Amino acid sequence: MEGGEQIAAPLPQRTPILELKGVSKHFGAVEALREVDFEVYPAEVVALVGDNGAGKSTLIKTIAGTHQPDGGTILFEGNEVKIHSPADATRLGVETVYQDLALCDNLDVVANMFLGRENAPPNGVGPLDELSMEKRSLGVLQGLNVTTIRSVRTPVASLSGGQRQSVAISRAVMWNSKIVVLDEPTAALGVAQTEQVLALIKRLREQGLGVVVITHNIQEVFEVADRIIVLRLGRRVATFEHAETTPEQVVGAIMGARQEAA
Amino acid sequence: MAAAAPEPSALEEAAQAARREGLAGGARIFVATTWQRLRTGELGSLPVLVALAIIWAYFQAKQDVFLSARNLSNLILQIGVTGTIAVGIVLVLLLGEIDLSVGSIMILSSALLASAVITHGWAWYWGIVIAVLVGAAIGAFQGAWFAIVGVPSFVVTLAGLLGWQGVQQHVLGATGTINVFDSHISAIATSYLPHVWGWILAIAAAGLYALSRLWEAARRRRARLPAAPVFTVVVGAALVAAVALLATAILNGQFKNHWIFGDYTAGIPTAGVILLGLVIFFAWLTTRTRFGRYIFAVGGNAEAARRAGINVRLIRIAVFALSGFLAAIAGLIQTARLAAASLAINPGQVTLEAIAAAVIGGTSLFGGRGSVWSALLGALVIGSVANGLDLIGQGPDVKLMVEGAILLLAVTVDAVARRGRAAAGRV
Repeated sequence: MEGGEQIAAPLPQRTPILELKGVSKHFGAVEALREVDFEVYPAEVVALVGDNGAGKSTLIKTIAGTHQPDGGTILFEGNEVKIHSPADATRLGVETVYQDLALCDNLDVVANMFLGRENAPPNGVGPLDELSMEKRSLGVLQGLNVTTIRSVRTPVASLSGGQRQSVAISRAVMWNSKIVVLDEPTAALGVAQTEQVLALIKRLREQGLGVVVITHNIQEVFEVADRIIVLRLGRRVATFEHAETTPEQVVGAIMGARQEAA
Repeated sequence: MAAAAPEPSALEEAAQAARREGLAGGARIFVATTWQRLRTGELGSLPVLVALAIIWAYFQAKQDVFLSARNLSNLILQIGVTGTIAVGIVLVLLLGEIDLSVGSIMILSSALLASAVITHGWAWYWGIVIAVLVGAAIGAFQGAWFAIVGVPSFVVTLAGLLGWQGVQQHVLGATGTINVFDSHISAIATSYLPHVWGWILAIAAAGLYALSRLWEAARRRRARLPAAPVFTVVVGAALVAAVALLATAILNGQFKNHWIFGDYTAGIPTAGVILLGLVIFFAWLTTRTRFGRYIFAVGGNAEAARRAGINVRLIRIAVFALSGFLAAIAGLIQTARLAAASLAINPGQVTLEAIAAAVIGGTSLFGGRGSVWSALLGALVIGSVANGLDLIGQGPDVKLMVEGAILLLAVTVDAVARRGRAAAGRV
């Protein structure tokens, strides 16, 4: 790559799990997304980067079913779908972990991982099957190599930031999900805990999931991402393959120093 | 905490440390763990039990009939109303909300029962049904007003405290009192279990508790999950059995003419069995069922609960309905005790005593933390103080001051524990 020209990464030969084509979203007069294409493949980590107001949040909320796009189409495993609500997204296998993690601090790890999907008789008053839930939670955490949590019966409040993030991510992926979207998963974490979470993200990729990570930390982007998609002012302005790019190029695209050839 | 296998107790932590580092290490870990849990409010009901023991010892030293079987039986009857209302208050507090209307719902249910059975000549059971249904409906109405319209529960139920008292006065009419002489209704607060039934209940309760704990530990061990050591389970079950059997023996008059327990032989008061039954049922509901789990979840983080697909509004409405239902049950007990529905009861004081009981018992005012058992323990603390002060000849002035001081102390402990958790990163 030379000069001001940046080359869109060549598309791999697989079908994306999720593909957005020409998706637009307005809030009144504000154009949050302008004909954005977006795609995630199985077993890859996509970093979604861009300055504040670039449209990252709007894009992931569209994927998560919180926002309805004004235009464009969404394909899931090659078929056109509509994602009208977060429940629709969950049904497809798209899980989103927002920055606030949505954990109940007073409940233990097992209760949080099964929140809203407890193993219990459907009538609502039969006793919970704590044993099966605890076994499954332990299995999921072990499968993802989350080993620092001493007891899954400790209240989440007593866990470290990295452990809490790990619990939230494990919960998101334990229900046969195919895509997991992580909103700034390391924003509030120290060095060691950030490493924990990045290792977890890599394991999700090994297990075949498509992972979308929003982050401001370029160094992190280069540590985990296979592809880097840059949004600027509601448009997708650049796409990089990790192996073929440098942090300076990514930062340049974020700042708008260079424009992708239309 | 709603968990089948809670964190290891301070004793278990100490035992592990003792195995690693010898006895001194074990003792050090025990003290450190206990202190840390005390500071962060995670010792459960231990502080209340200690407080209760001190209160009982103090009054027994001042007035030696305090622990007599007759007075203990009185105490049980005295806490029936507060304890029953406090069970509902615990549920509401777990949600992180407050219900100020329970005192007024209680006196209204009492007035409705009296009016239906005495003034209109309905059968006693229809009177009970209507009183209880109206209580639950009022609770559901207030819960809906809070959950759907979005008015803070404090305000909705404050309006209820005033409004339902007005309705009660309207129902009672000009005389202000309806005497209720109905043998079925008064039996709620004036009857006692036959001695044999008392023994059967106590043995069955102790046995079921021991079996369920052992069975659970065995299942966990078979599933290769960490389980409570057999020793801990056996000690716990033995303690429960000892309390159940000792209480039954005292109330059944087994220690007749003992220097402490006196000559009382009436048996276990029915009202006490009702209260204990309600506490056990709601303790099970909150810790072992999906509905209970959702109460804790909404109280801990309502937004997270909503995003997990929990119907937060429905949970809130249901909890306020249960609070109204339990207040109405308390109204039945109150009517039976007084043999009347009367204007003389101050609903504000009833409400605040029930809230005080729940908080003194260890349920947090800030939502998501606590246990239904705190209703019983807190009611016992308040009841014991009131009863003891009566016995040593103090008037209502002193009682109110002491109650106020105890409540302030309990809320302070709650607030300080919350700060301790924040400092330890365990908000």
